[in-house]
Amino acid sequence: MTNFDKAWRGFCGTKWTNSVDVRMFINENYTPYEGDESFLAGPTTRTEKLWGNVKDLFQQERDKNGTLDIDAQTVSTITSHKPGYINEELELIVGLQTDNPLKRAIMPYGGIKVVEKSCQAYGYELSDQVKETFNKYRKTHNDGVFSAYNAEILAARKAGIITGLPDGYGRGRIIGDYRRVALYGVDFLIQDKMRQKASLDNGLISEHTIRLREELSEQINSLKMLKEMGQSYGFDISQPATNAMEAVQWLYFAYLAAIKEQNGAAMSLGRVSTFLDIYFERDIAEGTLTEESAQEVIDHFVMKLRMVRFLRTPEYNELFSGDPVWVTEAIGGMGTDGRPLVTKTSFRVLHTLYNLGAAPEPNLTILWTPRLPEPFKKYSAKVSIETSSIQYEADGLMRRYYGDDYAIACCVSGMRVGKQMQFFGARCNLAKALLYSINGGVDEVSGVQVGPEFTPISSEYLEFDEVMRKFDSFLDWIAKVYIDALNIIHYMHDKYAYESIQMALHDRDVLRTMAAGIAGLSVCADSLSAIKYAKVKPIRNEKGIAVDFEITGDYPKFGNNDDRVDEIASGLVEKFMSKLEHRKTYRGAKPTMSILTITSNVVYGKKTGSTPDGRKKGEPFAPGANPMHGRDENGAIASMASVAKLPYEYAQDGISYTFSAAPGALGKNIDERANNLVNMIDGYMSSGGHHINVNVLERETLLDAMEHPEKYPQLTIRVSGYAVNFIKLTREQQLDVINRTFHSMV
Amino acid sequence: MEGRVHSFETMGTVDGPGIRFLVFLQGCRMKCLYCHNRDTWDQTGGKLYTPDEIIKKMMTLKHFYKASNGGITITGGEPLLQGEFVVELLKLVKKSGLTTCIDTAGNVEITDSVREAVTLTDYILFDIKSTDPKTHYNLTNSRIQMTQAFAELIKEKDVEIWLRYVLLPGYTDSEKDKISLAEYANSFKNATRIDILPYHTMGIEKWEQLGFDYQLKGVEPPSPEKVEEFKEYLRKNTKLSVY
Repeated sequence: MTNFDKAWRGFCGTKWTNSVDVRMFINENYTPYEGDESFLAGPTTRTEKLWGNVKDLFQQERDKNGTLDIDAQTVSTITSHKPGYINEELELIVGLQTDNPLKRAIMPYGGIKVVEKSCQAYGYELSDQVKETFNKYRKTHNDGVFSAYNAEILAARKAGIITGLPDGYGRGRIIGDYRRVALYGVDFLIQDKMRQKASLDNGLISEHTIRLREELSEQINSLKMLKEMGQSYGFDISQPATNAMEAVQWLYFAYLAAIKEQNGAAMSLGRVSTFLDIYFERDIAEGTLTEESAQEVIDHFVMKLRMVRFLRTPEYNELFSGDPVWVTEAIGGMGTDGRPLVTKTSFRVLHTLYNLGAAPEPNLTILWTPRLPEPFKKYSAKVSIETSSIQYEADGLMRRYYGDDYAIACCVSGMRVGKQMQFFGARCNLAKALLYSINGGVDEVSGVQVGPEFTPISSEYLEFDEVMRKFDSFLDWIAKVYIDALNIIHYMHDKYAYESIQMALHDRDVLRTMAAGIAGLSVCADSLSAIKYAKVKPIRNEKGIAVDFEITGDYPKFGNNDDRVDEIASGLVEKFMSKLEHRKTYRGAKPTMSILTITSNVVYGKKTGSTPDGRKKGEPFAPGANPMHGRDENGAIASMASVAKLPYEYAQDGISYTFSAAPGALGKNIDERANNLVNMIDGYMSSGGHHINVNVLERETLLDAMEHPEKYPQLTIRVSGYAVNFIKLTREQQLDVINRTFHSMV
Repeated sequence: MEGRVHSFETMGTVDGPGIRFLVFLQGCRMKCLYCHNRDTWDQTGGKLYTPDEIIKKMMTLKHFYKASNGGITITGGEPLLQGEFVVELLKLVKKSGLTTCIDTAGNVEITDSVREAVTLTDYILFDIKSTDPKTHYNLTNSRIQMTQAFAELIKEKDVEIWLRYVLLPGYTDSEKDKISLAEYANSFKNATRIDILPYHTMGIEKWEQLGFDYQLKGVEPPSPEKVEEFKEYLRKNTKLSVY
């Protein structure tokens, strides 16, 4: 019996055995599960003990200002650190980013300054040797970008009209197909990559093939290092996994390699549950695994995913608060053959939220369609209500674009696993852009001429058509500056901080998207609605800059299912996307756009002057595509309906909506609440909604948690596309969460 | 025809089955001490809407309500003070296949339109303020007889009734209240459910904002044990599901 015969015993199909095709393997071998959660097992004693150790570590980390330890000496690579353990005797799944749990590694390829600053912020001194190497001999991504930026980009960046750009940190948002390592073993993948490289031998040696050949060599090297890392833990992962525990371990090693190599803004896991279920089912059928032990493996795996850490600066935390890493796992969805991709392991992964308690990571994402099996829908809703740790995304919408083996990068970005990646582009501040078009390109806060010098609007009252005209040509300018910046950033990231292990777990030729984004959509839509339906009079300062606005009369506000303003919002999405579409992009990437802010809506608001909708200078924007706080006056369904109208075809990188309700607002008891939530999500998705975060909490709990954080170590809350430990948010952001529309019934 | 509308709530989950579109009609003649919608009393206030306008608002959201056996709940204020308007609205909703529900305390004259409304609707949420005439008057400034006559009317109808009862310490929470509530509830053969609603103080803010004195200041919500005791008694002594 060869290693492959042994590893693949009992599996069906042949196509996937000849070449890398995980989707086909899943399709031919998985068992959909349409039953309920009654089969699930609780935590074992071993799990409880180990989780106890991890919780102690988390406590120590909080006591040390959020960072337990830093290895400021060793540049992190796949093999840089010797094996690390939490408690070796208890751990079923092993592997840590460094030699000790929660010890953060340095990854200077993105930028040396950020690493230096982060070390300093937590009282560590970066090793002189590393400093010298990266300041003197080895250029970083950050250096590369700033050596190519032009004055216009620098000004736009400084003014905060385009911010959060990955020009000083890892771009992330790439999902390696970590399942390949479990299914094929590393040697098979190396051979595959060598064939890919050879396939380029006879063609023209162009810049494109030179880069690709170099990248493939990097990928092969990283696969070799992955094998070595496995070996250091005592596992030979050159061969495929032969049982469920190995499959989880192999897959986790692959993911671990990625998070040792890259400090990316978001490091999704992909879509692994149903893949792993095939191994669990086989072991259970062979009598080598019980439900209890299957759950135990998943619990231990998830514990590891909850311990992923990156070294980040306090400024980063202000933008993306709560130390998120976006270990996003997509669960469920339907196959293109009409069978649900829900398996028992889909349940097991959700069940970790009970066995280990609520947690922000992994970022569990249900790919939802009304056609999913009812018991799974109901269980998800129940877990959501009891933990506020889940987000939902429309499988029906995304399957059309990405087939049935896609996953979610970061929060809301769908992409085919192993076949597609994105160039992450953060976001541009749409509300500020609107102010620029009123003020002739002058920044309303600094008074500096940032944009091209238009004639500012000088009329006493703002006139809708005139504002739109100016706004339109202004958006042309901003789309240009924005894509210029992204082209530079991603050119340099590929050059200086290439994601070799993640790309080794992709096909040779991948589809790239250039993922731009917007913040402040509802502010902007409401502002335009006010200009159109009420009377808006700018209050100008001595330099003639509109610094405030006087609004007379009422106007329709986004979030009330009122077409008059909802159409303005949708129109903005379509308009800006059409501007981006016309730009030429690095590596022929396809421009896309997201409506997502993460927690940066607070910072964006801080940097933006008063807006024509009545929002005052410095006040936060609504997160993602949410209506502005308190302006959705007709309840949550109307609010959802407005958001659901935003056209996904023009925002294919995702449209984020966060819904928070008090438990009592969903029904009288857990059964009613779960049913209502299921119907609500069904309704939202069948009206075209793309993403929804669900929080079910009492506002009082959050207020109490602000005062007594020690009482709520695991209190989790969903904010625009990810979840955080509430107590890890900055005070400002805690208040923002609390002030957001909480749907409650009196 | 136009009705006076106080506001809309598109996500109602505790006022009838499933997810419901709530229309709060303006105007009420009761003066319940604990009213949490004090701003709905004025019968000359609100905004005017035609039934068509309301239906239009609701129908774009139909698929949110349909699957959950949800629909519209006409509440208030006292919706049946605008009986003709309610009838028109119910007729239009019935055509759409969604379920209909009226939330009332029954403090209205039994006119033809009230008769028609309670015949048309699928559900009635009937608020029992108190079973004791004196307490009823003290609590609502309205006499119990009118609501009792209304109760007799709906008992005869082919309509599913959910009863509601606010548990207010010192007013409606005595042993006697408990026993007579169970008896009264049992007299509704077409009732399927009773909700015991613990008094809460969240209405105070509205009273003060409007510049009115809140007379129940100092009255604390009932203890969870007390609420449970009431519910348990009703579970044992009625055939209703108790929430």
